[in-house]
Amino acid sequence: MSSLTKAEMAERLNEELGLNKREAKEMVESFFDEIRACLADNEQVKLSGFGNFDLRDKRQRPGRNPKTGEEVPIAARRVVTFRPGQKLKDRVETYAGDGAE
Amino acid sequence: MTKSELIEILVDRHDQLSVKDIELSVKTMLDHMTESLSQGDRIEIRGFGSFSLHYRAPRTGRNPKTGESVALDAKYVPHFKPGKELREQVNDSIQK
Repeated sequence: MSSLTKAEMAERLNEELGLNKREAKEMVESFFDEIRACLADNEQVKLSGFGNFDLRDKRQRPGRNPKTGEEVPIAARRVVTFRPGQKLKDRVETYAGDGAE
Repeated sequence: MTKSELIEILVDRHDQLSVKDIELSVKTMLDHMTESLSQGDRIEIRGFGSFSLHYRAPRTGRNPKTGESVALDAKYVPHFKPGKELREQVNDSIQK
């Protein structure tokens, strides 16, 4: 199974839209940078058709060090969750799979 | 932030490109990501996170209106795992 990376996304912007290589690379960089900056500013990101990046605050909860069995509280934290949009869900659902899992 | 607000920010950041180029770039990137996932490929963006597919086993569901059982096929759902940098930056924002 292959994975999509920023380099391949930039390549497509270069090939399909004619952005030069530097512009294409910077575009992909700033796309993810701006989404990250927005989330780091505690604001949800909604990309219609693709999905929403939401923020959730988790309360402190009791945890355990799995090695020692010692009780260690897990501090309150803020996490990102992704909710795929309907279009993405529909496109992925029909994937026939490769027998894995 | 919505997709159009993101496009506006990118327009400010890339003043050498036309608005049309930026709109098409965002569409092309999101389509590329959707296409990869729909082929069963992962997406790995360093510092941001990775997208992959999770398998959902077939199950018997119920029509909530009629109570009738419905056989639901196995399927794949998209899953996002935030990268270290994103996770840390988001968690740090809780202090502010």
